[in-house]
Amino acid sequence: MTLLEVDGLTVEFPTRRGLLRALDQVSFSIGAGEVLGVVGESGAGKSLTGAAIIGLLEPPGRIAGGQIRLDGRRIDTPTREQLRPIRGRQIGAIFQDPLTTLNPLYSIGRQLVETIQTHLQLSDRDARARAVRWLEEVGIPAARQRIGAYPHEFSGGMRQRVVIALALCAEPRLLIADEPTTALDVSVQAQIIALLKRLTRDHGTAVMLVTHDMGVIAEAADRVAVMYAGRIAEIGPVRAVVQQPAHPYTQGLMDSIPSLQHRVGRLRQIDGAMPRLTAIPAGCAFSPRCPKVFHRCRVERPDLFDAGDTRAACWLYDA
Amino acid sequence: MPDTPVLQAIGVTRSFDVSKPWLQRTLTRKGRLLLRAVDDINFSIARGSTLSLVGESGCGKSTVARLAVGLYAPSAGQILFEGKALSAARAQPALRRRMNMIFQDPYASLNPRWRVRDIVAEPIRAFALLSSRSAIVERVGALLTQVGLSPADGEKFPHEFSGGQRQRISIARALSSEPAFLVCDEPTSALDVSVQAQILNLMRDLQMRLGLTYLFISHNLAVVRHMSDRLGVMYLGRIVELGPGEAVFRTPRHPYTRLLLEAIPDLAMTGKPRTPVGGEVPSPIDPPPGCSFHPRCPLANARCRIERPAHTLLADPQGEVLVACHAVEEGRHAA
Ligand SMILES: Nc1ncnc2c1ncn2[C@@H]1O[C@H](COP(=O)(O)OP(=O)(O)OP(=O)(O)O)[C@@H](O)[C@H]1O
Ligand SMILES: Nc1ncnc2c1ncn2[C@@H]1O[C@H](COP(=O)(O)OP(=O)(O)OP(=O)(O)O)[C@@H](O)[C@H]1O
Ligand code: SF4
Ligand code: SF4
Ligand SMILES: [Mg+2]
Ligand SMILES: [Mg+2]
Repeated sequence: MTLLEVDGLTVEFPTRRGLLRALDQVSFSIGAGEVLGVVGESGAGKSLTGAAIIGLLEPPGRIAGGQIRLDGRRIDTPTREQLRPIRGRQIGAIFQDPLTTLNPLYSIGRQLVETIQTHLQLSDRDARARAVRWLEEVGIPAARQRIGAYPHEFSGGMRQRVVIALALCAEPRLLIADEPTTALDVSVQAQIIALLKRLTRDHGTAVMLVTHDMGVIAEAADRVAVMYAGRIAEIGPVRAVVQQPAHPYTQGLMDSIPSLQHRVGRLRQIDGAMPRLTAIPAGCAFSPRCPKVFHRCRVERPDLFDAGDTRAACWLYDA
Repeated sequence: MPDTPVLQAIGVTRSFDVSKPWLQRTLTRKGRLLLRAVDDINFSIARGSTLSLVGESGCGKSTVARLAVGLYAPSAGQILFEGKALSAARAQPALRRRMNMIFQDPYASLNPRWRVRDIVAEPIRAFALLSSRSAIVERVGALLTQVGLSPADGEKFPHEFSGGQRQRISIARALSSEPAFLVCDEPTSALDVSVQAQILNLMRDLQMRLGLTYLFISHNLAVVRHMSDRLGVMYLGRIVELGPGEAVFRTPRHPYTRLLLEAIPDLAMTGKPRTPVGGEVPSPIDPPPGCSFHPRCPLANARCRIERPAHTLLADPQGEVLVACHAVEEGRHAA
């Protein structure tokens, strides 16, 4: 059952330097109980996609086209103010920056209790007990003792876990998790991923998991979307994307992963940088860096084509 | 003196006062409550080399990083920078300029009201490294290009950038004072793997060309293996294993190091489940007696619960390795 549908989503920023198109015709869906991994170049638009879905695009950013539907109901309409309560209860978010989510002036216990009480009718005592349980679930040691502590008293990874607890304690149907495990050691990471998978399985939660960690993707995601310069470059089942990527950008990405087995002098890298939003080349946005570029790539923009088990926006697969 | 280590930590401890009215009530214990984030650690970093620190979240890595650049003062012990007490070294601008830090949290370390070009130029101006406006503009442009941004990005404010782009701004800023010693706390955690490869290659190039010295912190063990000459494994504020990176990766000796290496996610998707380090993460406020790893250690015995293990020096083909473990000392760890 499809829970989230994103259809032709386009996001623009009017700036003094002109109109920036940060997301261009992004389409995907996530089913209940499914984890969609989202990877891609830094600045490609992963966080913006999440922000647009939650309705938290910061002005002057705005949805300039496309639709977002949750359970078949549009949640991108101008009347989104009316929908916000639904959104708050149904969509949970773990933002990339844990510090902006946590209020430095309140203890983490107070923040958790408040969030729990806005979503569930619970007494202070029950809400507090639940808050301790969530802190334990995300692996905060001595949760009962530390629930009164303030965000700055926690290490980077512990703050990140508090943010995860804050997002999960409202028991949302759709979870947007933007780099939820970057500040975590591999062991806590395994614990959080196990927790996410358990939630998706037991509650049918749909998860959009943005991460740069291919190990996490390989372990947690059912499908993967690869983004480049505001578009989806490739999308497909996790095994196919990780092990037989079709798009030259995805291939370069997989080749850049440092190996744990042996040490090399230099890491493979994709030379050059992603184009700036003000200077996206005509044709394929990856063409200035693509080792397989040919004439057509520089003039026409490729749509998603079937490419083996995945779909890739690349002229190589134009049948 | 070419042999003087760039940085030396001698018996360094750092405690935080975490007594709170609320905590005091809960614990029904009066008096001050100290959290020992870093506990009697010793290491040194030779010029032009990289020491990495790994370990569980909350084990004290960032605290060591802040101690190493003088943002925290040790509660006990001493830190030497190029043989001089760190506090004395920091009092001299010429030495202070030679150390810099890339913070774990790229958001908190960038002033939101400044344009990126001013953020990156700030150390250049503060230390008067360049005086002419055009030279500064050119240098800032070159730094932004090095980290995969463009000179025109200097006009913008931090909020106009994505997470990884902000992390690259803080890297450009850290490099702008031409430091000789750079503390990198999770410097590439917000970057995709291809930009990460570019930054890590850049860091290695700078090290080779200019002899930079790094204290490097990351949870990504493949990145750590790539970057480190020496590796320290921390657990609850202590360094439990310290030695050449390849020695520790190839032949991990401390039981915690072994478990840590087993918990790495598997890209090959063999379906092999990961083994997270089992058991409760102990509280740093009230660490277990004896070896603080004993509640989770498969090799723990009675001695481990009482006596804190000292460091044993072991020979490895790659060089000497220090391990704080009774089982290793008693030779009953081989498995
Ligand atoms: N307020 C803004 N004004 C102008 N441009 C913006 C603004 N916010 C974001 N952008 C641009 O939109 C693009 C996409 O940003 P987004 O944060 O979605 O990237 P991302 O894929 O999440 O990257 P990362 O992996 O680095 O977090 C970036 O190029 C960024 O510069
Ligand atoms: N200013 C502070 N006040 C009180 N406690 C602190 C403070 N700074 C750090 N701590 C505590 O010290 C311990 C070590 O923190 P530190 O930030 O060094 O961990 P870390 O190893 O960097 O973890 P991470 O991998 O999560 O970043 C943690 O238990 C943390 O809660
Ligand atoms: S369309 Fe052309 S330039 Fe773009 S990825 Fe495919 S081959 Fe490369
Ligand atoms: S000293 Fe004992 S408890 Fe500690 S790591 Fe060694 S065997 Fe385990
Ligand atoms: Mg992002
Ligand atoms: Mg840290």
